[in-house]
Amino acid sequence: METISSGIIQGLKLFFSGDPALWQIIGVSAQVSGAALLLSALLGIPLGAVLGLTRFPGRRMIQALVYTGMGLPPVVVGLAVYLLLSNNGLLGPLQQAWIPKLFTVEAMIDAQVIIAAPLVIGYTMSAVGEVSPNLRLQVRSLGATRLQALGATLWEARRGVLVALIGGLGSILSEVGAVMMVGGNIDGSTRVMTTAILLETRRGNFELAIGLGIVLLGMAFLINLSAAQLQGKGH
Amino acid sequence: MAPVYQLANVTKAYSGRQILHINQLDIYPGEILAVVGPSGAGKSTLLRLLNFLEAPDSGSIYFNQQPINHQNVPLEIRRTVTTVFQNPALLSGSVTANLLFGLRLRGQNDGQKEVDEMLERFGLAALRRSPAHALSGGEAQRVALARALILKPSVLLLDEPTANLDPYNAEMIESVIRGINQAHQTTIVLVTHNIFQARRLADRVALMLNGEIIETADTQTFFENPRDSRTRRFVRGEMVW
Ligand SMILES: Nc1ncnc2c1ncn2[C@@H]1O[C@H](COP(=O)(O)OP(=O)(O)OP(=O)(O)O)[C@@H](O)[C@H]1O
Ligand SMILES: [Mg+2]
Repeated sequence: METISSGIIQGLKLFFSGDPALWQIIGVSAQVSGAALLLSALLGIPLGAVLGLTRFPGRRMIQALVYTGMGLPPVVVGLAVYLLLSNNGLLGPLQQAWIPKLFTVEAMIDAQVIIAAPLVIGYTMSAVGEVSPNLRLQVRSLGATRLQALGATLWEARRGVLVALIGGLGSILSEVGAVMMVGGNIDGSTRVMTTAILLETRRGNFELAIGLGIVLLGMAFLINLSAAQLQGKGH
Repeated sequence: MAPVYQLANVTKAYSGRQILHINQLDIYPGEILAVVGPSGAGKSTLLRLLNFLEAPDSGSIYFNQQPINHQNVPLEIRRTVTTVFQNPALLSGSVTANLLFGLRLRGQNDGQKEVDEMLERFGLAALRRSPAHALSGGEAQRVALARALILKPSVLLLDEPTANLDPYNAEMIESVIRGINQAHQTTIVLVTHNIFQARRLADRVALMLNGEIIETADTQTFFENPRDSRTRRFVRGEMVW
């Protein structure tokens, strides 16, 4: 009990005193999460919209793959990315600029995108599917091009798309296993909040762990609060 | 004058069930053609084909003498035709945003003057900022019609445009329809259950039964001296479905 209360107090102190170690970790987390969310959105929203709205052979198959992707165990993703990027892996030896090295922020971002993008695709797919077919016909009838119709449908489904992004961000923020494996939890470079909590708890440094935990919870709450605000506005 | 639409042997089936089979239908520029017929006859389906929103399974549709390939209808052609659907499908956002929608699709961002005119004409001025989803059925229907008319289409397809309206608003809509037809020679296909409305507005009337056009005639002939016995029974209100 005492550990917890003193941990919380110490944690808050570290946070508000601008403790460099803590804030450095928060910074890396923000960088990885922000980039991963942005990439997942850029990839997931258009793909989800197309999969939800157009009919083509093989669509069911791709949908099934997306649903599978939504439930991928993160450590398996971590393992796959590890094997791809390691020096004697599939992509690692190619030495291309777009292929990140293991134990870098970029490798962590890639793993996060593989985990989060299927969520964004899947939720977007079902969100656009809820827009009434009658409305979609009306939009075409008013002279929309295919692209414009897609945009208008996404706009009508914006609440669902927002949920898709929150879902993606939630999985990104809470991710431990995959980022541990491909990032390596290196102090000062690839250590993020979740992996730091893991490590500090193991070491018995509950103050830092709790401080990070509070920040993580606070961030999750703020994100959901602003999302709720946004949703309310559309209403 | 050459027809705007020429349909020949057009068929359409949904999940194996034949819904539409039109041997021949010509629609002329500047006319108001009323399409009447019982529920389920295929009237709305016909409008979707005329608006190039769906492709027929077989047969041909010519638009201004050009054969239409529904897979790939040029945007300039698509944008001369617009439909007001049976259930007004409004976009989220305000009434004004709905009226601006089609103009924005066309890259026109300064439509406020046209919007104001339309709102005035349809008695919607007080609702300009109202969220579309909060409108009554009749208000929504008027917004849907205004949103189509603001585009100055050369062909206007109307699916039961007065179904949700009280007699006062129905009369207003009828006079708007007549007005734009006269002012702009807009070709209008008017689907209606109301044979009195067809009689008041239409130049010609077509009766649709079970996906087929039974008879097309000028309005007076259609009501007073129809060729087909089924038309006679329909206009007398004797048809029981
Ligand atoms: N997308 C669709 N899939 C399957 N069946 C359809 C589809 N659209 C229409 N139908 C069927 O086609 C028939 C004709 O429908 P349509 O809406 O064209 O009739 P309508 O003449 O407009 O009727 P109403 O006067 O009730 O509006 C109906 O039996 C309907 O169930
Ligand atoms: Mg109908």
